[in-house]
Amino acid sequence: MGEVIGIGAAPKRKEDQRFITGRGNYVADIKRADMSYGVFVRSPHAHATIDAIDKAPALAVPGVVGVFTGAEFAADGCGTLPCGWAITFKDGSPMKEPPFPALATGKVRFVGDAVAFVVGETLEAATAGAEALVVDYGLLPVVATLLQAAAPEAPLLYDDVPGNLCADWALGDEAATEAAFARAAHVSHVSLVNNRLVGNPMEPRAAVGEYNPGTGQYTLWSTSQFPHVVRLLMGMVLGIPQHKLRVVAPDVGGGFGVKQFHYGEEAVTTWAAGKLRRPVKWVSTRSEGFLADRHGRDHVTEAELALDENGKFLAMRVHTYANMGGYLSTFGPNIPTNLYGPLLSGVYVIPSIYCSVKCMFTNTAPVDAYRGAGRPEATFVVERLVDMAAHDLGLDRLEIRRRNMIPKSAYPYQTPVLVEYDSGDPLGCLEQATIKGDVAGFAARKAESARAGKFRGFGVSTYVEACGLAPSRFAGRLGARGGLYESATVRVHPTGQVTVLIGTHNHGQGHETTFAQIVSERLGVPFENVDIVFGDTDRVQFGMGTYGSRSLVVGGSALNKAADKVILKGKKIAAHLLEAAEQDITFEAGVFAVAGTDRKKTIEDIALAAYVPHDYPLEILEPGLEEQAYYDPVNFTYPGGAHLVEVEVDPETGVVEIVKYTACDDVGTVINPMIVEGQLHGGIVQGIGQALYENCVYDETSGQLLSGSFMDYCMPRADGVPKMDVSTYSTPCAHTPMGVKGCGEVGTIGSPAAVISAVVDALAHLGITHVDMPASPNRIWRIIQNASIPRAAE
Amino acid sequence: MKIEVTLNGATVVDEVEPTLLAVDWIRENRRLTGTHVGCDTSQCGACTILLDGASVKSCTLLALSLDGRSVTTIEGLTVGRNDLHPMQAAFHEHHGLQCGFCTPGMIMRAVDIASQGGPLDETTVRHALEGNICRCTGYQNIVASVIAGAKTMNAATVGE
Repeated sequence: MGEVIGIGAAPKRKEDQRFITGRGNYVADIKRADMSYGVFVRSPHAHATIDAIDKAPALAVPGVVGVFTGAEFAADGCGTLPCGWAITFKDGSPMKEPPFPALATGKVRFVGDAVAFVVGETLEAATAGAEALVVDYGLLPVVATLLQAAAPEAPLLYDDVPGNLCADWALGDEAATEAAFARAAHVSHVSLVNNRLVGNPMEPRAAVGEYNPGTGQYTLWSTSQFPHVVRLLMGMVLGIPQHKLRVVAPDVGGGFGVKQFHYGEEAVTTWAAGKLRRPVKWVSTRSEGFLADRHGRDHVTEAELALDENGKFLAMRVHTYANMGGYLSTFGPNIPTNLYGPLLSGVYVIPSIYCSVKCMFTNTAPVDAYRGAGRPEATFVVERLVDMAAHDLGLDRLEIRRRNMIPKSAYPYQTPVLVEYDSGDPLGCLEQATIKGDVAGFAARKAESARAGKFRGFGVSTYVEACGLAPSRFAGRLGARGGLYESATVRVHPTGQVTVLIGTHNHGQGHETTFAQIVSERLGVPFENVDIVFGDTDRVQFGMGTYGSRSLVVGGSALNKAADKVILKGKKIAAHLLEAAEQDITFEAGVFAVAGTDRKKTIEDIALAAYVPHDYPLEILEPGLEEQAYYDPVNFTYPGGAHLVEVEVDPETGVVEIVKYTACDDVGTVINPMIVEGQLHGGIVQGIGQALYENCVYDETSGQLLSGSFMDYCMPRADGVPKMDVSTYSTPCAHTPMGVKGCGEVGTIGSPAAVISAVVDALAHLGITHVDMPASPNRIWRIIQNASIPRAAE
Repeated sequence: MKIEVTLNGATVVDEVEPTLLAVDWIRENRRLTGTHVGCDTSQCGACTILLDGASVKSCTLLALSLDGRSVTTIEGLTVGRNDLHPMQAAFHEHHGLQCGFCTPGMIMRAVDIASQGGPLDETTVRHALEGNICRCTGYQNIVASVIAGAKTMNAATVGE
C-alpha cells in the first residue's frame, strides 16, 4: 500500500517512466490511418508583395494531394489570427492592430512568413511539391531593426500604421518623475540592447489535423502549452463550433512560452485536413523553427536613475523601443508593456517611475513571450542602472542595493507602477546569498585568478517577478481580452483512487508529481493512487494552460479548492452514513469521523458509498464524489531573489567562464524541493544563454535571418555552464491558499543581469561600465583590444 | 535495397530507399519513436543511438549503413530485463530530465560514456555531453545522473 506524500516532500517524478524508456507520445510520433504530410512554403524575402502563385507545377509532382494558399483560406470564410491583448497609446487610443493571416495574402512581412501549404502522400512528395511551387514576389524596402523602423521616412510595413508604430504606451507619473530628476544630486544613465532570442524547446513544433466526415468532428494534435485556448481561438478562426473541435497537446517537449500562442500552422493543418478529408501532419524542422517560431526580447532602451546625495533612489525614467516583428502574436503587445513597466520598481523603494514603450513593427518574425517575458528585460534595466549608479557614486554594489531595498516590514508594498507586492524579503535573500556565495572571499579569489592571467569579476542581481497570471479583473483593465482563471476537477473513483482533470499543461514542469502531492496530502490518499490528466479538451473541462509561472499558483489553487469541495461533499456523505449532523463531522488524513466519538469512515468507504448508494436521501444528497473548481487569484504573486556570479575572463581569447554561481530565490511555499531546484537550474542556464551565448540576428539590409540553425545560434551546452548553488528563501505568498508563488521563470529573470554585472566588473579596470549581451568571446576580445587603459591583469 | 540489422537484440530484415536516414528508418519504418529528431544539423543529439555499442547521431547515418550491424535504441535498454537499465534509473533518481525530449539521446550517450570505464568526474562528463543539447535542466542533474549511472553500471561489470 502506498503512502501519503504531501507538501514539502520530494518524491521522484511520476512522469519519468515513459520518458526514460522512450514511451513518450509526442505529436511527431503520431501516425493515423491514411495520413498525409504537409510542408509550408515560406517567404525567402523579408518584405515583398505576393504578385502571383502558380500551383500547377506543385500539383504536377507525383504524390502531391493538395496545394493551399491564403486566398483560398480566406475565401473559405476563415479569419485571421487573433491577438489576445489590446494595449493603448498613452492618450488612450487603441493600438494599431493589422490582420495576421495564417497564410500571407498580398504581402509577406518576414523571412519565413508562410505563403502556401503543400500536402503529399509522403513527406518527400510534399517537400518536392513545395519546391516546385512558383511564387512571384515584388521586393519592397526592408525594415529589419527597431531603430530602422523608428527612423523618419522609414519604409512602412502597413500603409495605415504611420511610423511602424503599433503603440506608444506609457506608465507612471511623468510630471513627478521630471520634478524628482530636476532636484536630484546625481543622475546615472545607461543605454542598452536586450538581445533577441529564439526559445528553441528541444521538440520542434508540430501539428496533426484530422476530420471525421461521419461526425463532423475535427481533431488537432498540437505541441501546445494551452490546448483549450487553441480550441477557442482556432474555432473562431476556422468557424468550427467548440463541440466539434478537439485539441490534444500530448507529451510536449518543452515550451518556454514559444508554444503558448495560437499559430497559423495549427489552423492551416486542421483546415487542410477538412478539405482533403484525411489526416494531415506537419512537423517543423529546426531551421523552420528558427524562422517561424515566435521570438523573444528585442528591446533598445535608454534609462536613467535619479539619486540624492546619499545614494538613495529618487526616480527612474525609462524609454524603450520594443520589437513586435511583422505581426501581432497572441500575447505580443502585452509583453513589453504590462509585463515590463510594472516590474521597473524591482526590489527597491523608488518614489516615482515613468516608462514609455514604443512597440514597433519590423520585417522580422513576430515577437512574443519567452521564459520570463518582459520581466528579465525590466530586471536587466533596473540592475544595470543600479550598478551604474554604484559606479558613478563610488559605492559598493551590494551596499547601494541594501540602502534602497524595500524592507521586509514595508510589505505589502505598493509600487509607483501599478502593482502591490504582497510579500517578500529582498534583503534576507541577498544576505543568504552573500553568505552562501562567500562574498567575503572574493578578493582573494580575484588575486588568484590574476596570478593565472585571468580577469575575475563579481556580479549581483536582485529582482522581483510578477507571475501567476492573472487576477482577471486586473488583467482586463490592462487590456486582456479574456479572464485568466484556471480549473480543476477532482474525481474520486468508487474505490478511492483519484483522477485530476486540470487545465494547465505539463511540458517538463513535473505537474503529474507536484499536483499528486497536493491531492495526496489534502485527501489523505496514497500518492500512487493519484493521476493527473491534462492536455485534452475532450477530457478536461477548460483551462488557460501553462505559462507565466501560473500552473501551481492558479491551477494548483484551483486543485486545492476542488479538494476542499470534495471534503465538504464527503462530510455530507459521512453524516448520512454515520447518522450524525454534518457540522459534527471532522476530516483528517483521509478519515471522516464524528467529533468526539470513535465512529468514522475512510475516504475509500465514503467514495464507494457515494457511487453505489442503496438508501441515499437523493432529494438532498447527489451520488458521486467529483468536484470542480475555478480559481482566480486576487493578485499576481511576486517571487524574487538574489543571484551572485563570479566570472573569469581570459584576456587572450575573450572567453568568459562562469566559475561560481549562487542563487537564493524566494518562491514562497515549496511543494517539491527537487522539482523547484530543477526549475531554478534550467531557468538560470536559459538566462546565462542570453548573457553569454544566444543571439538572434537579422541582416540589416536584407532582413535575412543570420542565426538560422544550431550551427549559428549558440545554445548553452553542458561544458559551457557552471555548477550552480541554488537555495530557496521562503516568504509565503499572502493570498494563494498554499502560500505558493511560482518558480519556473525566476532563474531566467535573475541571471542575465548578474552575469553581465560580473563581466563588467571583470573589465572595470579597463574603464568599462557596460557590456551588451551576449558577452561573446568576439565581443569581449574586441572590448579588451580597444580599451584605452592597458590590459594587464591588475 | 535490403538491410539486415540486429535491432534491440532481434534480427530485422527490411527494404529501404538509399536516401533514407537511419533515424527515419528507426522512427517511421520500425515505429521506435523514442529516438527523437530535434534539429536538422546533427547538433542536438536527440537522435543518439548505440551502433555496435558506440553512440552515434542517427540523423547523420543512412539506413543502408546499418546493414550487418547492431543497433540499440532507448527501447532496447530494457530488453531482456525486468527493471530499468542503471542509466535510466539514475536519470529518474537524480531528476536528470524535465520535458523528456532530449532524454533518450542523453541516456544513450551516457551509456556510451559510462561504458568507456574509468572514473568519471564532472568536467569529463560535461565535455562528453557537449554534443547533446538540453533546454530544460541546465545540465546539472544530467551530469549527476551520468556519474551515478556509470558508477552502478561499472560496479555491475566488476561484479560479474
